[in-house]
Amino acid sequence: MNEWTGIWANLILILAAVFAFSAMLSWIERRLLGLWQDRYGPNRVGPFGVLQIVADSIKLLTKEDWIPPFADRAVFVLAPAIVAVATLLAFAVVPLAPGIGVVDLNIGLLFFLAMSSLGVYSVVLGGWASNNKYSLLGGFRAAAQMLSYEVFMGLALMGVVMLAGSFNLRDIVAAQENLWFCIPQVLGLATFAVAGIAEARRLPFDLPESENELVAGFHTEYSSMKFGLFFIGEYVGITLISAMIVTLFFGGWLGPLLPPLVWFLLKTFIVIACFVLLRAALPRLRYDQLMAYGWKVMLPLTLVNLLITGAVVLSMA
Amino acid sequence: MWNSLKTMWIIFLHMFHRRVTIEYPDEKPKIPPRWRGRIILSRDPDGEERCVACYLCAAACPVDCIALQATENEHGRRYPEFFRINFSRCIFCGYCEEACPTDAIQLTPDFEMGEYNRKNLVYEKEDLLIDGTGKYPGYNFYRVAGVAIGGKSKGEAEKEAPPVDPRSLLP
Amino acid sequence: MEATFYLSAAVAVAATLMVVTRASAVHALLYLIVSLLAVAVVFFVLGAPFVAALEVIIYAGAVMVLFVFVIMMLNLGTSAAVKEREWLSPRMWAGPAVLSALLLAELIYILVWNVPGTATISGRAAVESKEVGITLFGPYLLGVELASLLLLAGLVGACHLGWHTESGWGSRSESLSDRRGHENG
Repeated sequence: MNEWTGIWANLILILAAVFAFSAMLSWIERRLLGLWQDRYGPNRVGPFGVLQIVADSIKLLTKEDWIPPFADRAVFVLAPAIVAVATLLAFAVVPLAPGIGVVDLNIGLLFFLAMSSLGVYSVVLGGWASNNKYSLLGGFRAAAQMLSYEVFMGLALMGVVMLAGSFNLRDIVAAQENLWFCIPQVLGLATFAVAGIAEARRLPFDLPESENELVAGFHTEYSSMKFGLFFIGEYVGITLISAMIVTLFFGGWLGPLLPPLVWFLLKTFIVIACFVLLRAALPRLRYDQLMAYGWKVMLPLTLVNLLITGAVVLSMA
Repeated sequence: MWNSLKTMWIIFLHMFHRRVTIEYPDEKPKIPPRWRGRIILSRDPDGEERCVACYLCAAACPVDCIALQATENEHGRRYPEFFRINFSRCIFCGYCEEACPTDAIQLTPDFEMGEYNRKNLVYEKEDLLIDGTGKYPGYNFYRVAGVAIGGKSKGEAEKEAPPVDPRSLLP
Repeated sequence: MEATFYLSAAVAVAATLMVVTRASAVHALLYLIVSLLAVAVVFFVLGAPFVAALEVIIYAGAVMVLFVFVIMMLNLGTSAAVKEREWLSPRMWAGPAVLSALLLAELIYILVWNVPGTATISGRAAVESKEVGITLFGPYLLGVELASLLLLAGLVGACHLGWHTESGWGSRSESLSDRRGHENG
C-alpha cells in the first residue's frame, strides 16, 4: 500500500511539475528571446511578467472553441490530445533523480522513441482534419520532416546504448559516473540535438507551422484550448527533449555538492536556454535544405558515429 | 555549421547590450517637433484666428476629413463659421498644413488620441483652436497681406507701399 | 496481467474490424494504428517488450505515418467514400468473413483445448533486447542477412526510381540545375 502511494505521489507531482514548468517555459522563452534581442519581453503582468502565463491561459480558456464546419470533427478533436498525451507519456521514463521518476522501464529509451514518433500523428492529423490547404501543407511538411529526422534520431542514440550496454535510462545515467557521454559521443549529441529540435518543431526546423508562409501551418484552424494543447504539447516536447539530452549525454542527475534533483533541473534548464538561443539566432531552413540536411549530412554522420563507437567498444572489450 | 555557431555566440553576447525598448506609458518617447500628429488651428500674435476659410485644406485632404464653412465678420475679416475634422478618417498626411496659405492649420507632436466612442473623434473648432501661434510665431497674415479689413486699409500692411493713384502715372 | 492481455486483444480485434468497415481511408488508418498499438501491448504482456517497442516505433510511428501521408496526398473526396460504402455490401465481405471465421475457430480451439500450460501469459521471463540481438545474430544470422539483402535491393530500387537523368528534367528545372552547377563550380 505504502509503495503504491509513493508511486502515485511521484506520478502526480511529476505531472504537475512538468505542466507547470512547460507553462512557465512560454514566459521564460519570451523573456530570454527579449534578452537576446535587446528588448524586454512580457514584463507587465505581475513581477517581471511571471503571471503572463496566467493571463494567457485565462484568455485561451475563455475564447470561443470553434470547430470549422468543413473539418473532420472526430479527428480534429483527437489531434491536439495526441501530442499532449504522447509527450507526457514519454516523460514517464525520464529519471529525474534516484528514486524520483514514474516508471523504471528496461526499454525506457525505446519507449521514449516510440512516444516521440507517435507525436507526429497529432500534427499530421490536425493538418488533415482542418481541411484547409495551409494546414494540409503544414501536415505534409510535418510528416516528411518527422519521418526523415526520426530515422537518425534513433540511430544517434545507439552509440549511447552501446557504451552503456542498456536501454534503461537509469543504467545509462549510472554508466556516466566517470565520464559524461557528451565527450565520447559528441557526434551523437550533435545529431540527437538536431533531431530533437526537429521533432519538437522548434525554430530552425519549424516548417510545419512557418507563420510567414502557411498562416500558422497545421494549427491554423485551431482556437481556444485546442490550440492551447498544441502549445503546451510543444513546450512539453522541448522540456522532454532537453531532459533526454541531459539524461543521455550530460550525466542526468550526476554532479558534485548539490542534490541530484537540482543538478538535473539545472542542466535541463541550460539545455532549454540553448534551444531558445538557437531560436533567437537562426533563421528557418528552406524545405529542400531541411531534407538535404537530414538525409545527406545528419544520417551519414550518425552512421559514422555508430561505426566508430562500435569499433571502439569492440577493441576495448 | 561554423557560421551558425558564430551567429549563436553573437546573439548570446547581446545579453549584455542595452535594451532599446522604450516602456511607453511609463516613459514617454521623444517625439521630433515636426511629427505629424493631432491637428490644431492656431491664432496670430494678436489673438485672432489665422484661418481665413479658403477651403484649400479641405481640397487638399485626400480622405476628405476636413469640413468648414466660410463667413466674414463686420470688419471684412474671413473666418470659418465651423471647422470640423473627423480624426477617425484623418491619415495625418500633413497636406492640409502644406496647403494652408496662412499657417493656420498645423500638425503637432501629439498622438495620444484614443477614444472609446468613435463619435468623440470628430473635433469641432473649439477643440481644434489653440491660443498660441503654434510653430510659426510672429506671423500675422492680415498684417502682411494687401487686403483691407477693419482698422487697416490698403497700403498699411508691412512692407507695403501706399496705393498709387493711376491717374498720377499719366504722362 | 491476464486482464490486460484480453482487453488489448479485444481492442486489437475491434479496431481491425473498424479498419475494414470505415468508408474514410484516414479513419481506417487511424483504427489500424490503434490496432497496432494494441498488438504492441499484447507483445509487452506476453513478455517481449523489445518487440513491443519496435512495433510502436516502426509500424505505428513510421510506416503508418507514410500511409497517412500518401492518403492525405490523394485527397479522396466524398465520391471515394461512397464507393467504399458500396464495397461493404454482404456480397463483397461474405467470402472473406467465412474464411476468417474458420481461422478464428481454429485459433480458439488451439487456445482453449489443445495447448494447456504453454499459452499462459507469463509462461517465461521477459525477452530482453540483448537476448533478441544474440538470437538474431546467432541461429538466425542467415535470415537477418537475407532480410538486409532484400532491404538493400529495395534501397537500390528506390535510388534508381528517384534518380534524375539530365534529359528527363523539364526545361525549367534544367535551367535550375544548371544554375546549381554554376554555384557549385
